[in-house]
Amino acid sequence: MIDLLTIFVLAVFVGFEVVSKVSTILHTPLMSGANAIHGVILVGAILITGRAEGALEIALGLAAVFLATVNVVGGFVVTDRMLEMFKGHKR
Amino acid sequence: MSPTWVQLAYLVAALCFVLALKGLSTPKHARAGNLLGAAGMALAVVVAFVHGAVHNGLLIVLAVAAGVVVGIPAARSVRMTAIPQMVALFNGVGGAAAALVALTEFLEVADGSVLFQVATALTVLIGSVSFSGSVVTFLKLQEVMTTRPVLLPAGRVLGIGVAAASALLAVLVVVTGSGALLVLLAAAGLALGVLFVLPVGGADVPIAISLLNAFTGLAVAASGYVLANTLLIVSGTLVGASGTILTRLMAQAMGRPLTNILFGAFKARDVTAVSGEQRTVRSGTVEDVAILLGYAHSVLVVPGYGLAVAQAQHAARELAQVLEQRGITVDYGIHPVAGRMPGHMNVLLAEADVPYENLKELDDVNPGIGSVDVVLVVGANDVVNPGARDEPSSPIYGMPIFDVDRAKAVVFMKRSMRPGFAGVDNALLYNPKTTLLFGDAKDSLTKLLAAVKHV
Repeated sequence: MIDLLTIFVLAVFVGFEVVSKVSTILHTPLMSGANAIHGVILVGAILITGRAEGALEIALGLAAVFLATVNVVGGFVVTDRMLEMFKGHKR
Repeated sequence: MSPTWVQLAYLVAALCFVLALKGLSTPKHARAGNLLGAAGMALAVVVAFVHGAVHNGLLIVLAVAAGVVVGIPAARSVRMTAIPQMVALFNGVGGAAAALVALTEFLEVADGSVLFQVATALTVLIGSVSFSGSVVTFLKLQEVMTTRPVLLPAGRVLGIGVAAASALLAVLVVVTGSGALLVLLAAAGLALGVLFVLPVGGADVPIAISLLNAFTGLAVAASGYVLANTLLIVSGTLVGASGTILTRLMAQAMGRPLTNILFGAFKARDVTAVSGEQRTVRSGTVEDVAILLGYAHSVLVVPGYGLAVAQAQHAARELAQVLEQRGITVDYGIHPVAGRMPGHMNVLLAEADVPYENLKELDDVNPGIGSVDVVLVVGANDVVNPGARDEPSSPIYGMPIFDVDRAKAVVFMKRSMRPGFAGVDNALLYNPKTTLLFGDAKDSLTKLLAAVKHV
């Protein structure tokens, strides 16, 4: 319990720190990239579906797997497309 | 607890995510950062599958495949102008996934500890809020529904009521451990998300998306407590924390306190009645504008979402080139929130090969704007609205703008007299210095290009 809390508190600080300075033009890609990262819920979705036995649990778990996958792949691909636009236009 | 090799792989994945966020904060490493994040994700997912898919392996593979088949084409084919609503939608499905994970785990593990129950209630609540809120922001940006703040009668009381009911349900879920109450809590969360976003208007929607993004991060972190999974806790918290900071930065770029954006519209606000007085506007022909441009020394183009929608970037660039050949200086004034999201216009213009050095920011443009001969406002509205500077009653009051009303002349290209995204009337349209050129941005620019060649 305390271990998990420690991890949480440390991660809060890391999260604050990594994006404390970011230029306006990168706000949208950064938001989109962070969006893709919370798609890591896919890991949780796979784990619970792997344990599920009842039909309802399996159905809910699979729905979560599907949605989380859309979040992950969509998020990374959209971010990459945005960043691709900046290629060759840097100062 | 998972075996050591699984924990180690999760550690590597978490490190990838930290570096990805770090990379995304600098233009130079942004793309590499994003790819590193994707690599970390792939590692985490493969490990979770190998280690955790004890049952239903084939079904999981099929569900992932379905997600890929839906997600990749959607992300590939979305037009650049529609990216903000796509981001909102992806965020929403992430929130829904987190809520479903917690709900499923709750059904599987009947007797959990208090920590487990609290985390479950939080995940389901925040995930549901994030999902329904994101769907509403999507509908607003897609202009399926009005982009103006929607004020329900007694909206504030209703909002507070639903929030209180959600809190009560969450406590009851923790105390009783009832699955039925958990489903009710999810429903309350969905209602709360809708009520939360409805009053957010026009230009503020992206900030709401960013905040919901941080919410989903927190839901994922809470689900990490449900599953006792450190990777979910770390990654979710990272997104929650960085998303909160990003939301604040975005609000700052618009010069508005966050509380105003989220709760401003709750206050009964009388949007200045314009209909009463009939103000006159001056509309010109393409030839008038061509002469104005042809004899200018300096021109500033202020592009907005209208330019992007009309795909007029290339026409704008060609016009700029012709003017430059005549010895006229042409710059582009890019407002931080031009388009639908901060930085969105830079992405759109980069797509059209507009030279990066010609893009000027507010602080570069405004001090010398008095000496600019002609400002060409193409499909922008809110970012040049003097009301943001002069009228404290305006909903966009306080947002930094281009002071184009101080330039010598303004040409306003617009499709109609319809107000811009924020739904606010623009005094600039009635300024005697302003010439209006009605029509589709691309069409007008193309005609203007031909006319300028004949000047």
